[in-house]
Amino acid sequence: MLVSVSTISPNVTVPAREPGNIASLRTGAAPKVAVRNLDFYYGKMQALHGVSLEIPERIVMAFIGPSGCGKSTFLRTLNRMNDVIPGTRVAGEVLIDGVDIYQPGTDAVELRRKVGMVFQKSNPFPKSIFDNVAYGLRINRLTATPAELEERVEQALKDAALWNEVKDRLKTSALSLSGGQQQRLCIARALAIRPEVILMDEPASALDPMATYKIEELIVELKKQYTIVIVTHNMQQAARVSDSTAFFLLGKLIEINSTEKMFTNPDEKLTEDYITGRFG
Amino acid sequence: MDHHRHLDDELDALRDRVLLLGGAAETALERAMKSLMERDSELANQVLEQDDQIDRLEVEIDRQCIDIIALRQPAARDLRFVISVAKMAPVLERIADHAANIARVALDLNNEPELKSVVDLRRMSEHALRMLRAALDAFTAADATAARQVIQSDAEINELYNHIFHRLIEMMVTEPTTATRDARLLFVAKHLERIGDYVTDICELTVYMAEAAFIKHFK
Repeated sequence: MLVSVSTISPNVTVPAREPGNIASLRTGAAPKVAVRNLDFYYGKMQALHGVSLEIPERIVMAFIGPSGCGKSTFLRTLNRMNDVIPGTRVAGEVLIDGVDIYQPGTDAVELRRKVGMVFQKSNPFPKSIFDNVAYGLRINRLTATPAELEERVEQALKDAALWNEVKDRLKTSALSLSGGQQQRLCIARALAIRPEVILMDEPASALDPMATYKIEELIVELKKQYTIVIVTHNMQQAARVSDSTAFFLLGKLIEINSTEKMFTNPDEKLTEDYITGRFG
Repeated sequence: MDHHRHLDDELDALRDRVLLLGGAAETALERAMKSLMERDSELANQVLEQDDQIDRLEVEIDRQCIDIIALRQPAARDLRFVISVAKMAPVLERIADHAANIARVALDLNNEPELKSVVDLRRMSEHALRMLRAALDAFTAADATAARQVIQSDAEINELYNHIFHRLIEMMVTEPTTATRDARLLFVAKHLERIGDYVTDICELTVYMAEAAFIKHFK
């Protein structure tokens, strides 16, 4: 339901969603992530306006929208990655399993263990393949014995569909891997510490079609165990991998719907214009 | 935005092409029935000659739809339009096939003595033609309300078919000498009844295109 209309440029009028009316996939269960009335500021510039949405557990949700629409900013609010940017400010609530991650006393390190992140550009450490995956386990002291460490690394590499390609060269440099393998290594690194939510910021945008295909297959496989939120510029990718899709424009959430509905019959005209390429 | 200008051009071309096919099917039906009513074999031959062209048009539309889906990856209303056209083209081609079959019956009957009464076939064919025209207009305007009205009017075709069916059976019983010719007219009535069903299919696709609603089997 549209309750207000704010003119934000001479040509585009963006209807704001009623904050209390959160459209999402209702599963009956409590959402894994619930965001309520989230505003975000870079200094005086407001980048997000009253965003409210819910993300059920073990689904893939895609965020789409033009550059600068706030989708990556919003993604980073879900594990407080924006905290490291000076001059930023958040208002509203982000609840993970019902607990507000912005409440005083929240342990950001523990939060990011629970809500992992994979970036656009793969960023392996200049270490061996094994040490990359073991890194988070070691610094968080999450394993008791070397055998357990090896087991967790192996499992993470298997979960990231990389094990068969690297099992014979775990001690070689991670930088020797291809771009697609490096990205899957970064996913393995995130998986090793057993997060519950994985945020992916354009994880395949720098990869060739075959490597992209493997990442997409992996995302679909991972949702059996994890809740995945992916930002992508590639609408076909959003259509292929996600269960639900949220469309952002100029810092506002315009529509959130099942991916099938979004790509065949979106509710909002702005969404339809964006998806059919007739935007603006 | 070049990509999207191209897509718009391609969608316009596709719309033109399917309307051309619709027009050809309409003309075929009109000529086939006229050839039957007015015993004009020349018209029936024209219908049969045009049929290959209609088949080619259907294949071209198929190719256009596949190209647009593969190369442009349309979404939302564009996707619904392309899918509707892809499903509509074979329906229009089948309508033209039924018209061709009516033309064949006309050619056969035109070589035999004239039947006293061609019962209510004229009325039935006029109704089928009106439905087809209205269906194509509703598609052009993406008018789901008009499409639904056309679907409602299919009941009249079915009623006329039942009436003609019983009338022709009666005639076969009372005047067995003309039974073979009556049986041919029965086929014509059946072709018209099937055309009514196909027009309904077209309207269901128009409703899907306009509203993303599947009404087939759920009317």
